[in-house]
Amino acid sequence: MTRVRVLIRPKAGILDPAGQAVERALPVLGFEAARNVHVGRLVELDVEDPSRVAEMCERLLANPLIEDYEIVDPAAATGA
Amino acid sequence: MRYGVVRFPGTCDDTDALLAAEQLGEAALLWHTDHDLRGIDAIIVPGGFSYGDYLRVGAIARFSPIMQEVERFAARGGLVLGICNGFQILCEAGLLPGALLPNVSLRFVCRQVELEVQRSQAKWLRGARPGDRLSVPAKHTTGRYWAPDPVLDELEAAGQVVLRYAAGHNLNGSARDIAGVCNHAGNVVGLMPHPEHAVDVLTGSTDGLKVLAAA
Repeated sequence: MTRVRVLIRPKAGILDPAGQAVERALPVLGFEAARNVHVGRLVELDVEDPSRVAEMCERLLANPLIEDYEIVDPAAATGA
Repeated sequence: MRYGVVRFPGTCDDTDALLAAEQLGEAALLWHTDHDLRGIDAIIVPGGFSYGDYLRVGAIARFSPIMQEVERFAARGGLVLGICNGFQILCEAGLLPGALLPNVSLRFVCRQVELEVQRSQAKWLRGARPGDRLSVPAKHTTGRYWAPDPVLDELEAAGQVVLRYAAGHNLNGSARDIAGVCNHAGNVVGLMPHPEHAVDVLTGSTDGLKVLAAA
Protein backbone atom coordinates (compact mmCIF):
# COMPACT_ATOMS: atom_id res chain seq x y z
CA MET A 1 0.00 0.00 0.00
CA THR A 2 1.13 3.51 -0.74
CA ARG A 3 0.16 6.47 1.39
CA VAL A 4 -1.16 9.28 -0.78
CA ARG A 5 -2.13 12.78 0.23
CA VAL A 6 -4.59 14.89 -1.72
CA LEU A 7 -4.77 18.63 -1.16
CA ILE A 8 -8.08 20.20 -2.16
CA ARG A 9 -8.62 23.94 -2.34
CA PRO A 10 -11.20 26.34 -3.76
CA LYS A 11 -10.57 27.14 -7.41
CA ALA A 12 -8.79 30.41 -8.06
CA GLY A 13 -11.25 33.22 -8.67
CA ILE A 14 -14.05 31.75 -6.55
CA LEU A 15 -14.77 33.83 -3.47
CA ASP A 16 -13.35 32.00 -0.44
CA PRO A 17 -14.92 33.58 2.65
CA ALA A 18 -13.21 31.09 4.99
CA GLY A 19 -9.80 32.09 3.63
CA GLN A 20 -10.73 35.77 3.96
CA ALA A 21 -11.84 35.30 7.56
CA VAL A 22 -8.49 33.71 8.45
CA GLU A 23 -6.63 36.44 6.56
CA ARG A 24 -8.46 39.11 8.56
CA ALA A 25 -7.87 37.28 11.85
CA LEU A 26 -4.09 37.00 11.54
CA PRO A 27 -3.30 40.74 11.95
CA VAL A 28 -5.44 40.79 15.08
CA LEU A 29 -2.88 38.42 16.62
CA GLY A 30 0.01 40.54 15.37
CA PHE A 31 0.85 38.47 12.30
CA GLU A 32 1.26 40.90 9.41
CA ALA A 33 1.57 40.44 5.68
CA ALA A 34 -0.36 37.21 5.22
CA ARG A 35 -2.01 37.40 1.81
CA ASN A 36 -4.02 35.09 -0.44
CA VAL A 37 -5.05 32.82 2.41
CA HIS A 38 -7.17 29.88 1.27
CA VAL A 39 -8.71 27.14 3.36
CA GLY A 40 -9.08 23.67 1.88
CA ARG A 41 -9.04 19.99 2.86
CA LEU A 42 -6.45 17.26 3.20
CA VAL A 43 -7.42 13.69 2.32
CA GLU A 44 -4.95 10.96 3.26
CA LEU A 45 -5.38 7.44 1.97
CA ASP A 46 -3.48 4.18 1.58
CA VAL A 47 -3.98 2.69 -1.86
CA GLU A 48 -2.74 -0.27 -3.87
CA ASP A 49 -2.64 1.71 -7.09
CA PRO A 50 -1.76 5.41 -6.76
CA SER A 51 -2.38 5.89 -10.48
CA ARG A 52 -6.12 5.71 -9.77
CA VAL A 53 -6.16 8.56 -7.24
CA ALA A 54 -6.71 11.21 -9.92
CA GLU A 55 -9.91 9.44 -10.95
CA MET A 56 -10.98 9.25 -7.29
CA CYS A 57 -10.47 13.02 -7.08
CA GLU A 58 -12.46 13.69 -10.22
CA ARG A 59 -15.38 11.51 -9.13
CA LEU A 60 -15.59 11.96 -5.38
CA LEU A 61 -12.80 13.54 -3.36
CA ALA A 62 -13.07 16.91 -5.11
CA ASN A 63 -15.78 18.68 -7.09
CA PRO A 64 -13.73 19.73 -10.13
CA LEU A 65 -16.21 22.50 -10.94
CA ILE A 66 -15.36 24.42 -7.78
CA GLU A 67 -12.18 22.85 -6.42
CA ASP A 68 -8.61 22.18 -7.54
CA TYR A 69 -6.83 19.12 -6.23
CA GLU A 70 -3.17 18.32 -5.94
CA ILE A 71 -1.93 14.78 -5.42
CA VAL A 72 1.18 14.96 -3.27
CA ASP A 73 3.92 12.65 -4.49
CA PRO A 74 4.48 10.23 -1.61
CA ALA A 75 8.24 9.96 -2.18
CA ALA A 76 8.62 13.75 -2.24
CA ALA A 77 6.41 14.13 0.83
CA THR A 78 8.73 11.96 2.94
CA GLY A 79 11.69 13.99 1.77
CA ALA A 80 13.28 10.91 0.19
CA MET B 1 -50.21 13.47 -9.09
CA ARG B 2 -48.44 11.00 -6.82
CA TYR B 3 -45.34 12.47 -5.18
CA GLY B 4 -42.46 10.48 -3.74
CA VAL B 5 -40.39 12.08 -0.99
CA VAL B 6 -36.87 10.73 -0.38
CA ARG B 7 -35.59 10.19 3.16
CA PHE B 8 -31.84 9.89 3.82
CA PRO B 9 -30.20 9.53 7.23
CA GLY B 10 -30.23 13.18 8.32
CA THR B 11 -33.15 14.40 6.22
CA CYS B 12 -35.40 16.60 8.37
CA ASP B 13 -37.81 18.26 5.93
CA ASP B 14 -39.35 15.05 4.58
CA THR B 15 -42.40 15.23 6.86
CA ASP B 16 -43.23 18.78 5.78
CA ALA B 17 -42.65 17.77 2.14
CA LEU B 18 -45.07 14.84 2.52
CA LEU B 19 -47.70 17.07 4.16
CA ALA B 20 -47.27 19.69 1.43
CA ALA B 21 -47.47 17.07 -1.34
CA GLU B 22 -50.67 15.66 0.19
CA GLN B 23 -52.30 19.06 -0.38
CA LEU B 24 -51.64 18.64 -4.10
CA GLY B 25 -52.09 14.91 -4.56
CA GLU B 26 -50.90 11.69 -3.01
CA ALA B 27 -47.56 11.26 -1.29
CA ALA B 28 -45.30 8.31 -0.53
CA LEU B 29 -42.02 8.04 1.35
CA LEU B 30 -38.99 6.73 -0.58
CA TRP B 31 -36.34 5.15 1.69
CA HIS B 32 -32.71 5.82 0.77
CA THR B 33 -31.73 2.13 0.51
CA ASP B 34 -34.67 1.26 -1.74
CA HIS B 35 -34.57 0.71 -5.47
CA ASP B 36 -38.37 0.93 -5.68
CA LEU B 37 -39.96 4.22 -6.76
CA ARG B 38 -43.41 2.87 -5.81
CA GLY B 39 -45.17 4.07 -8.94
CA ILE B 40 -44.79 7.76 -8.22
CA ASP B 41 -45.15 10.54 -10.83
CA ALA B 42 -42.79 13.09 -9.30
CA ILE B 43 -39.91 12.97 -6.81
CA ILE B 44 -39.03 15.51 -4.14
CA VAL B 45 -35.50 15.28 -2.72
CA PRO B 46 -36.01 17.30 0.46
CA GLY B 47 -33.72 19.26 2.69
CA GLY B 48 -31.98 18.84 5.96
CA PHE B 49 -28.83 16.77 5.81
CA SER B 50 -27.67 13.49 4.31
CA TYR B 51 -25.06 11.00 5.51
CA GLY B 52 -23.49 13.71 7.67
CA ASP B 53 -22.70 15.67 4.50
CA TYR B 54 -19.11 14.52 4.97
CA LEU B 55 -16.57 15.63 2.37
CA ARG B 56 -18.95 18.12 0.71
CA VAL B 57 -22.67 18.72 1.10
CA GLY B 58 -24.57 16.09 -0.87
CA ALA B 59 -21.44 14.28 -2.03
CA ILE B 60 -22.17 10.95 -0.35
CA ALA B 61 -25.95 10.90 -0.85
CA ARG B 62 -25.60 10.88 -4.62
CA PHE B 63 -24.27 7.30 -4.41
CA SER B 64 -27.21 5.95 -2.41
CA PRO B 65 -29.44 3.26 -3.98
CA ILE B 66 -32.47 5.55 -4.23
CA MET B 67 -30.42 8.21 -6.02
CA GLN B 68 -29.48 5.73 -8.72
CA GLU B 69 -33.22 5.29 -9.32
CA VAL B 70 -33.78 9.06 -9.19
CA GLU B 71 -31.09 9.51 -11.87
CA ARG B 72 -32.72 6.90 -14.09
CA PHE B 73 -36.15 8.44 -13.49
CA ALA B 74 -34.82 11.91 -14.39
CA ALA B 75 -33.12 10.58 -17.52
CA ARG B 76 -36.51 9.27 -18.70
CA GLY B 77 -37.97 12.75 -18.25
CA GLY B 78 -39.41 12.14 -14.77
CA LEU B 79 -40.17 15.15 -12.59
CA VAL B 80 -37.58 15.73 -9.86
CA LEU B 81 -37.43 18.65 -7.40
CA GLY B 82 -34.44 19.15 -5.08
CA ILE B 83 -34.88 21.47 -2.13
CA CYS B 84 -31.88 22.80 -0.16
CA ASN B 85 -29.78 19.68 0.61
CA GLY B 86 -31.75 18.01 -2.20
CA PHE B 87 -30.60 20.78 -4.56
CA GLN B 88 -27.00 20.22 -3.41
CA ILE B 89 -27.35 16.47 -4.05
CA LEU B 90 -28.76 16.99 -7.55
CA CYS B 91 -25.85 19.30 -8.40
CA GLU B 92 -23.33 16.75 -7.06
CA ALA B 93 -25.07 14.06 -9.13
CA GLY B 94 -24.70 16.17 -12.26
CA LEU B 95 -28.48 16.35 -12.75
CA LEU B 96 -28.31 20.13 -12.39
CA PRO B 97 -25.58 22.57 -13.45
CA GLY B 98 -23.44 24.46 -10.95
CA ALA B 99 -22.66 23.96 -7.28
CA LEU B 100 -23.57 25.34 -3.85
CA LEU B 101 -20.79 27.00 -1.86
CA PRO B 102 -20.70 28.22 1.76
CA ASN B 103 -22.68 31.43 2.32
CA VAL B 104 -20.55 34.55 1.91
CA SER B 105 -21.32 35.37 5.56
CA LEU B 106 -20.06 31.90 6.65
CA ARG B 107 -23.14 31.88 8.88
CA PHE B 108 -26.27 29.79 8.98
CA VAL B 109 -29.09 31.98 7.66
CA CYS B 110 -32.78 31.46 8.38
CA ARG B 111 -35.43 33.89 7.22
CA GLN B 112 -38.37 34.46 4.92
CA VAL B 113 -37.19 35.57 1.47
CA GLU B 114 -38.90 37.07 -1.54
CA LEU B 115 -38.35 35.21 -4.81
CA GLU B 116 -39.05 36.34 -8.36
CA VAL B 117 -40.34 33.70 -10.75
CA GLN B 118 -38.40 33.71 -14.01
CA ARG B 119 -39.57 32.71 -17.46
CA SER B 120 -38.07 29.22 -17.66
CA GLN B 121 -38.32 25.67 -18.95
CA ALA B 122 -39.20 24.35 -15.49
CA LYS B 123 -41.95 21.73 -15.37
CA TRP B 124 -42.56 22.54 -11.72
CA LEU B 125 -43.93 25.90 -10.43
CA ARG B 126 -47.17 25.33 -12.32
CA GLY B 127 -48.97 27.49 -9.79
CA ALA B 128 -46.85 30.56 -10.57
CA ARG B 129 -46.28 32.82 -13.56
CA PRO B 130 -43.13 34.64 -14.68
CA GLY B 131 -42.87 37.89 -12.74
CA ASP B 132 -44.72 36.59 -9.68
CA ARG B 133 -43.15 37.24 -6.29
CA LEU B 134 -43.21 34.36 -3.83
CA SER B 135 -42.60 34.48 -0.08
CA VAL B 136 -40.79 31.34 1.07
CA PRO B 137 -38.41 30.64 3.97
CA ALA B 138 -34.74 29.81 3.41
CA LYS B 139 -32.41 28.19 5.97
CA HIS B 140 -28.94 26.96 5.14
CA THR B 141 -25.19 27.40 5.56
CA THR B 142 -24.13 26.27 2.10
CA GLY B 143 -26.48 27.98 -0.31
CA ARG B 144 -24.35 30.24 -2.49
CA TYR B 145 -25.16 29.16 -6.04
CA TRP B 146 -22.13 29.28 -8.29
CA ALA B 147 -21.23 28.31 -11.84
CA PRO B 148 -18.62 29.73 -14.22
CA ASP B 149 -19.81 32.89 -16.01
CA PRO B 150 -20.12 31.22 -19.44
CA VAL B 151 -22.35 28.54 -17.85
CA LEU B 152 -24.48 31.23 -16.17
CA ASP B 153 -24.85 32.98 -19.55
CA GLU B 154 -25.98 29.69 -21.10
CA LEU B 155 -28.47 29.02 -18.29
CA GLU B 156 -30.00 32.47 -18.70
CA ALA B 157 -30.21 32.12 -22.49
CA ALA B 158 -31.75 28.63 -22.28
CA GLY B 159 -34.40 29.52 -19.71
CA GLN B 160 -32.81 27.43 -16.97
CA VAL B 161 -32.85 30.11 -14.28
CA VAL B 162 -36.11 29.34 -12.50
CA LEU B 163 -36.09 31.65 -9.47
CA ARG B 164 -34.08 34.66 -8.35
CA TYR B 165 -33.88 36.34 -4.97
CA ALA B 166 -35.68 39.68 -5.14
CA ALA B 167 -33.55 42.81 -4.62
CA GLY B 168 -32.24 42.81 -1.06
CA HIS B 169 -33.08 39.13 -0.48
CA ASN B 170 -29.94 37.40 -1.76
CA LEU B 171 -29.03 36.06 1.67
CA ASN B 172 -26.11 33.84 0.69
CA GLY B 173 -24.24 35.65 -2.10
CA SER B 174 -25.55 33.52 -4.98
CA ALA B 175 -24.28 34.42 -8.42
CA ARG B 176 -26.72 36.68 -10.28
CA ASP B 177 -29.22 36.32 -7.40
CA ILE B 178 -30.06 32.79 -8.57
CA ALA B 179 -32.23 30.87 -6.09
CA GLY B 180 -33.26 27.98 -8.36
CA VAL B 181 -32.31 26.38 -11.66
CA CYS B 182 -33.53 23.56 -13.90
CA ASN B 183 -31.90 21.18 -16.33
CA HIS B 184 -32.17 21.72 -20.07
CA ALA B 185 -35.36 19.68 -20.37
CA GLY B 186 -36.96 21.42 -17.37
CA ASN B 187 -38.02 18.20 -15.59
CA VAL B 188 -35.31 18.52 -12.91
CA VAL B 189 -35.49 21.64 -10.73
CA GLY B 190 -33.46 22.64 -7.67
CA LEU B 191 -33.82 25.55 -5.28
CA MET B 192 -32.38 26.57 -1.91
CA PRO B 193 -35.53 28.09 -0.30
CA HIS B 194 -38.12 25.74 1.19
CA PRO B 195 -41.53 25.71 -0.53
CA GLU B 196 -42.64 22.81 1.70
CA HIS B 197 -42.52 25.16 4.71
CA ALA B 198 -44.83 27.69 3.01
CA VAL B 199 -48.07 25.78 2.55
CA ASP B 200 -50.28 27.09 5.35
CA VAL B 201 -51.57 30.60 6.14
CA LEU B 202 -50.77 29.85 9.79
CA THR B 203 -47.04 30.17 8.99
CA GLY B 204 -47.43 33.24 6.82
CA SER B 205 -47.48 32.03 3.23
CA THR B 206 -48.94 29.38 0.96
CA ASP B 207 -46.70 30.33 -1.98
CA GLY B 208 -44.77 27.07 -1.61
CA LEU B 209 -47.68 25.16 -3.11
CA LYS B 210 -47.22 27.17 -6.33
CA VAL B 211 -43.66 25.84 -6.55
CA LEU B 212 -44.57 22.24 -5.76
CA ALA B 213 -47.33 22.10 -8.38
CA ALA B 214 -45.86 20.03 -11.22
CA ALA B 215 -47.02 19.02 -14.66
